Amino acid sequence: MAVAAGLGPRLDRERFQWTSLALLAPTLAMLGVLFVFPVLYACYLGFTNLALVGSRSRDYDFTGLENITRMLGDYVFIKSSWLTIIFVVGSAIVGQTVLGMALAILLRNALVSVRAVIGSIVIVAWVLPEITVALIWYAFSQAGGTLSILLGHTETNFLVAVPMLIVSLANLWRNVAFSMLVFSAGLRNLPTEVLEAAEVEGASVWRRYRLVILPLLKPTIVTNLLLVTILNLSEFTLIYAMTQGGPGIETMTLPLYVYQEAFVFHQLGYGTAISLVLVLIGAVFSLLFVRASRTQV
Amino acid sequence: MSAVQARRLADAELIVVPYRRVSVSALATNVILVLLGCFFVLPLLWMLFASVDSNPDWAIKLPSLTLANFADVLGREDAISSFRSSLILAGTTTVLTTVLAFLAAYPLSRMHIPFRRSFMLAILFASGLPVSMLVVPVYQMYVYLGWLDSLYTTALFLAASSLPFAIWLMKNFIDAVPLELEHAAAIDGASTFRILRQVVLPLTVPGIAVTAIYTFINAWGAFIIPFVLTYSPANQPGPVEIYNFMGSHGLFKFGDLAVFSLLFSVPVIVLYLVMSRNFSGAFNFGGAVK
Repeated sequence: MAVAAGLGPRLDRERFQWTSLALLAPTLAMLGVLFVFPVLYACYLGFTNLALVGSRSRDYDFTGLENITRMLGDYVFIKSSWLTIIFVVGSAIVGQTVLGMALAILLRNALVSVRAVIGSIVIVAWVLPEITVALIWYAFSQAGGTLSILLGHTETNFLVAVPMLIVSLANLWRNVAFSMLVFSAGLRNLPTEVLEAAEVEGASVWRRYRLVILPLLKPTIVTNLLLVTILNLSEFTLIYAMTQGGPGIETMTLPLYVYQEAFVFHQLGYGTAISLVLVLIGAVFSLLFVRASRTQV
Repeated sequence: MSAVQARRLADAELIVVPYRRVSVSALATNVILVLLGCFFVLPLLWMLFASVDSNPDWAIKLPSLTLANFADVLGREDAISSFRSSLILAGTTTVLTTVLAFLAAYPLSRMHIPFRRSFMLAILFASGLPVSMLVVPVYQMYVYLGWLDSLYTTALFLAASSLPFAIWLMKNFIDAVPLELEHAAAIDGASTFRILRQVVLPLTVPGIAVTAIYTFINAWGAFIIPFVLTYSPANQPGPVEIYNFMGSHGLFKFGDLAVFSLLFSVPVIVLYLVMSRNFSGAFNFGGAVK
């Protein structure tokens, strides 16, 4: 016993090394001050009547559930929540996932030259700064713009006529490369033996995709849905630069409403409370996807 | 005679039948892709054509060539200063994020740290939080600290908000480096910092580059954070300046607007092309979320 104790600490187990703390310290400090603290602070501010200017900007109070009662009676908030869900479901969950997978599958089977050119164009759309995408889609959808000429309605400003559809399309246009890359990687990583077996057994292309490839891709699909939902829920720049939430409040999704309440109407407390709802919606979607992926396997 | 004929028929079958079946679906695949490509090219073409057109409007049309728009934009002081601001903002953010992410990802990948799994999950969760949630409390903090309207303090927050994903990305790259080399170096008596500098760093250069470029592209396009945290005209980065330009008089000067956003887009496209080979490796999420 005494001899064993003299040998010092056990060597057959991993030990905590102080250098790891030194390496992590800058990150921990940075995230603590500029991430964890703001998150906790937001959870508090969401239940206060803090304002941007005036007396409430200094002497604000904890108002309990007042902001939540206010939301429930706030017509704009209710509409804004629906618009957010329509945007995320239409543009991201359905649009991006379906088009992203279609592109990944088509590119896999295309000519090398077509694959190189189309793949690069789709990715360039994704790499472009959001403000550029907002501008070119603004131009694209104006009366007299390219879209109106293609559809034969040169007098129609599509950004006013169908604003939600246009911002959703612009967002799909920009972000679909992300899903495409995720699915391309997923398809590349599929076990080739299974695919070859299906081919040898004489399964048609359609059956191969429906019965073999899609089930194998399920983890990739769930990951894609999760990431795409979370990324698109907080979309601000593209919509704001194209419409500022208008016409009226037709494209006022929750991130835009948060900005408007906080920095245009000076209601910092109420704005923060709305942002907490946004986080809640994200959490609900994420749980649904994770649950769905577990039950069917 | 008949044997020769039979062989010919078999040849014809072998070649013609599968070839036709493949070509129809292949043709359809390529045609659909080209049509989809048009959907992606058309909005882009407007920017390219309008930028060199002396009399552009909202529709795509063949330009009457001029370089006046370029001269116009390059002669604007606000345009030049917005490039400077964007460079400072995105550059500072990228350096901070990449250095911190590299230092943090190494122990998270290699060393025994209590609650490591929970920490990585928290990081994953943090990278999903919307910026809209943080913008008000951070604004309040910056008012209190007197940090508003500085590109460097704004970069500090941009770095903090891009750090979680950067750590996650960087950890995946370090995980892929074989452990034996570090063991060998450790047995030879190298310190942790020396191993980090002389063994891990050279082996993860592609990963570091991907993380840095990804961070830079995001910071270069960042809009709402500088929009809220800076106000003096000299500190407005490109996206905010383009937005202001659209709002004030840009809608009468399509050509200038197209040039401005085209010039602003060039750096990120070049950076992407430099890295495109290593980029797709970052998307092997597979079953990352279980």
